[in-house]
Amino acid sequence: MMPDLGKYAFDVLVAYGLSLGILAVLVVLVVARGRRATRDLALYEQGRKR
Amino acid sequence: MSLWEYANPQKFMRLSGILLPWVWTGAMAALSLGLIWGFFFTPDDFRMGSTVKIIYVHVPAALMAINAWLMMLLASLIWLVRRHHVSALAAKAAAPIGLAMTVIALATGAIWGKPMWGAYWAWDPRLTSFLILFVFYLGYIALWQAIDDKDLAADLTSILCLVGSVFALLSRYAVQFWSQGLHQGATFSVDAEENIADVFWLPAVISMAGFVLLFVALVLVNTRSEVQLRRLVALKRWDRIAEEAA
Repeated sequence: MMPDLGKYAFDVLVAYGLSLGILAVLVVLVVARGRRATRDLALYEQGRKR
Repeated sequence: MSLWEYANPQKFMRLSGILLPWVWTGAMAALSLGLIWGFFFTPDDFRMGSTVKIIYVHVPAALMAINAWLMMLLASLIWLVRRHHVSALAAKAAAPIGLAMTVIALATGAIWGKPMWGAYWAWDPRLTSFLILFVFYLGYIALWQAIDDKDLAADLTSILCLVGSVFALLSRYAVQFWSQGLHQGATFSVDAEENIADVFWLPAVISMAGFVLLFVALVLVNTRSEVQLRRLVALKRWDRIAEEAA
């Protein structure tokens, strides 16, 4: 399944690993921030209604 | 119905909430297909060997690094001319995503450059303009953080965005302005003679579509967060004023 990357295997794997790692961290951070903002606003609005 | 209706935060929240699941699905599908196809099922290039596979992450990231700034430019112009808060917040929301794309483009470019050029870095016109774009992203994000008055921050960052656009455009067209430099010419062109081989073209285009959709999804989520946080701050301020008046 794994393609034969020859003598450039390390370069190619590092490039993919780094890119996918940065994208994964970015997605997690953005989504977590979004959920936190939604939760904080909802909690505050609930508190105001009481 | 007008496009400007979506400058209304409530309408923006409603529409973006409907669109987001579709954009996420499209992004994940296109990214998975483009990257798996490119990495596992495309041949090596006769000159670059297996390093050609880096094209499926490097080119889309570079494309989005530039286009993110151009999107910020458009949003900033809308803020400066029409004073729609959602557009200013969208520009702010896009900056960290554009920064991440710039880091990926610079890092994968350096990794690709070492075996092909013999160096991780060269003061080549495109590389240098990209590095300057990276610094502009950092400055733009820092400027938003540094100013408490959000309208003033939006004004100043919009002007910074206008200035930085010179380097965003330079990053794209530097290879055409200067013939010297190590970086190759445009990878994708409307001219079929200059384009990359068909076997690399389709997975690369699908990967680019994945990066575009991922960018849109992340900007929508981040803009929604900015709108919600802005509302939270406004409510707290309103309640404080009401308490003081009582």
